[in-house]
Amino acid sequence: MSAESHFKQPLLKTPFHERARALSQMDSFVPWAGYTTVDVFTTVEQEYFAIRNAATLYDLTPMVKYRVAGRDAQAYLNRLVTRDVGKLKPDRVAYCVWCNDAGHLIDDGTIFRMGESEYRICTAQRQIDWLLDSSIGFDVEISEITERIAALALQGPTSCAVLKDAGLSGVEKLKVFEIGRFALGSRAVTVSRTGFTGDLGYELWMEPDDAEANWDALMAAGYSRGIRAIGSRALNIARIEAGFLSPNVDFVSAEHTIRIGTERSPLELGLGWLVDFNKGHFTGRRALLQEKRRGVQRQLVGLDIEGNKPGHNALLYTDNSGKREIGNVSSAIWSPTCKRNIALAMVDAPYFKSGSTVWAEIYLSRELVWERRMSRAQVVERPFFAPERRRATPPGQF
Amino acid sequence: MPNPQMSTQPQMASQPQMAPDYDCVVIGAGHNGLICAALLAQAGRSVLVLEAGAQVGGAAVTREFAPGFKVSSGAHLLHLMPADLLRRLKLESHGLQWAGQRLPTTALTAGAPPLSLSHGGSADGLSAADAAAYGAYQERMRRFAAAIAPVFSRIPPRLGTKAWSDRLSLLRMAWQIRKLGRRDMRELLRIGGMNVYDLLEENFDSAALKGALGFDAVLGANFGPRSPGTVLTLLYRLAAESAAGDTGLSQPQGGMGALCDAIARAAGAAGAVIRTESEVANIRVEADRVCGVVLKSGERIGAKQVISNADPKTTFLKLLGTAHLDAGFVRRVNHIRSRGLAAKIHIALNRLPPFVAVSEAALRGRLLLAPSLQHIEHAYNHAKYGEYSASPVMEITVPSINDATLAPAGQHVLSAIVQYAPYALKQGWDDGRQHFLDASLDALESLAPELRSCIVAAEVVTPVDMEKEFRGSGGHWHHGDLAFDQILMVRPVPGAAQYRTPIDGLSLCGAGCHPGGGVMGIAGRNAAEQVLRGNPSS
Repeated sequence: MSAESHFKQPLLKTPFHERARALSQMDSFVPWAGYTTVDVFTTVEQEYFAIRNAATLYDLTPMVKYRVAGRDAQAYLNRLVTRDVGKLKPDRVAYCVWCNDAGHLIDDGTIFRMGESEYRICTAQRQIDWLLDSSIGFDVEISEITERIAALALQGPTSCAVLKDAGLSGVEKLKVFEIGRFALGSRAVTVSRTGFTGDLGYELWMEPDDAEANWDALMAAGYSRGIRAIGSRALNIARIEAGFLSPNVDFVSAEHTIRIGTERSPLELGLGWLVDFNKGHFTGRRALLQEKRRGVQRQLVGLDIEGNKPGHNALLYTDNSGKREIGNVSSAIWSPTCKRNIALAMVDAPYFKSGSTVWAEIYLSRELVWERRMSRAQVVERPFFAPERRRATPPGQF
Repeated sequence: MPNPQMSTQPQMASQPQMAPDYDCVVIGAGHNGLICAALLAQAGRSVLVLEAGAQVGGAAVTREFAPGFKVSSGAHLLHLMPADLLRRLKLESHGLQWAGQRLPTTALTAGAPPLSLSHGGSADGLSAADAAAYGAYQERMRRFAAAIAPVFSRIPPRLGTKAWSDRLSLLRMAWQIRKLGRRDMRELLRIGGMNVYDLLEENFDSAALKGALGFDAVLGANFGPRSPGTVLTLLYRLAAESAAGDTGLSQPQGGMGALCDAIARAAGAAGAVIRTESEVANIRVEADRVCGVVLKSGERIGAKQVISNADPKTTFLKLLGTAHLDAGFVRRVNHIRSRGLAAKIHIALNRLPPFVAVSEAALRGRLLLAPSLQHIEHAYNHAKYGEYSASPVMEITVPSINDATLAPAGQHVLSAIVQYAPYALKQGWDDGRQHFLDASLDALESLAPELRSCIVAAEVVTPVDMEKEFRGSGGHWHHGDLAFDQILMVRPVPGAAQYRTPIDGLSLCGAGCHPGGGVMGIAGRNAAEQVLRGNPSS
């Protein structure tokens, strides 16, 4: 779109937009990171079940992508994120979080090691200012490349078979978090065995000019394996089942919070396993060490709530009298696969311990007549759903 | 209470490989570094001072700039160093002598009679109305300065903590202001955020008086008289003088370098070792704790504590390295405004040219060329756009009148601080240097018409030169502007404003810390106190 008219319709269209529009029965588009993207194509249920039983295509282009390269790229990333990037081998991906000085989460994302000293950060929110300020004193080049790469998530039990049918021979050898380079027809695609569904699946990275041809080829190859395009609402159900966090839903970036106490540390979010205190200094390390020593006062946990009414935004209490508040739900769904009423919730100490009982205050609209219900809920381990096929290499031929 | 036993890094408690050679290593032998070293040594610590240059003193140093002609090449007058600190270090027994004390200040305007501003608060040559207003103004400003002064000698409180000591410290500051009484407190709060231009316009008619008073508000600062916050910078200077005991302007015999030589002798007498031409390449960190330094020569020196007299940007970004610091902290350090705008001009004179209508007594003191507030503001306008002032303002001294050791017999040196000379001159200083000198000499000749014919040698020291000579980022002699957002508990940045830094064992003691620059020495003293207090509380 030309610069002169961009302000009239500020949302960009992804390279898959025309294909998506053709399949969209609901005409339901929502803004995501500056792009217009599909919320739901047909029905959420149909799309969700395709994720768990067949194969799905999801337009991932708006994911913000940064290229990090240079002599100090690894040292830079190690100072930026809490994990030890030194352990990340070429053609591997790592899920990471990064914090501000106070040890509060700025964002999470995946780091792709594209080469010896070239990395890619994939994340939900734009943050070039933080990345550049973090680079003071490091010999490293950082650029946003979001628009230069078209991306598709191909997720679901038949996804590997679809890729093989599309001609990506050897794709079955890719291990979880591994990157491979393939040809789809005559077009180069980079494939990583990553995703946001907690299921078997891949993410495909390509030239924007090849986007439509690749979409068509995958749709054709996956026709007999039930492939369908999905929107973000179906994906959201899958990601809660997988126990993944969503920014601005389960946490707000510390760079965006205004109120004191609304920031979250990785320890509070149950991501302590991502924090490596022994790798040397990283931003937030000293604050996180102190927090670790003191012990966290609240933690994000999984909840299994009685009944079948999702506990959207429910406040949590110690007992059904509802007198002492101890937290709140940030994400909640009825899980169609687990057949459980699940949620992600921030819960105060000591109630965040696995096996604890808390009470959720759930409001229900029964044809616009509102009811309040106190439902017993159990603190449980995440993920709620983690099928074997997710990790199996080579994956099963479904 | 601080708990010195509390280990900070149980996971990384590896044994430091360098055995500490000294309790304390001080990086830089500026006056603050030397004072800090002297006090630490007096308290029984083994102390090593490492100076990159060939002589001690930092920006308080005497240098021969032409054969036989010596000058204080940075600061050229002493008025901020507390009298009790001078006594405590017994500097007079270590060789410090005074060439002049309680020197007068005289405001000069080409073609008009000079205005003598004595230290006591009176001024000769004013109208009756201005004279009365000046007395009242000086009286009031002195009361305000006295209310602010106590914060200079204290370690500033930390922000955002719940510690009682920090709260108490903040309360104490507020109480000092409240204690002024209702009228004075209101007046202080009214003018505290104003610009000095408006304040002086409210009070006086005389352009020369307003120019001279306004000059002190912007001397060494990135401000013109109309810049917001310049009343604060003026009050801050007055408060610093008050904290020093209002001893007036002094001139050490042998230049400012003699002062630092005396401090160095005091430090040496207390047991501190001082090594010159020993430039520190970097500060060593092990297990998230400072364990010493490495010199440019490759030599490693182990230390339990490293105290840096270097400016915060040099200390954190160059010597320590950002990899040891959090990104937000580095961002704050990187944003410290530390670009100098003041240049120095040193002139060797084969005789003393007459200054029109200026008495011999006045020539011994401080001469100001800042004929009006408009004149200063216009001079500043150039600097905003990366140009030097076409018609600069300056503080002039002829130190050789009081001190014959500075020049061959019968000859003289003139030392002037000239504003404005922006660090990042658009045309570059290679090109601009001679033009700037010419503009400055033109201005000087308006006061002393025979000046050019007496010149043996002349040099300009631009902020870029100062950056090189004094090793301070941006060539800012205060190691960063003294302004609302860069003083007290936010100087140099939150997280390092109590002399300690985020890295255990590393402290700051230079002008970049509270209470800041000028040859004051309080930062060095406060830092020593903080180091002696022991490990940080968490």
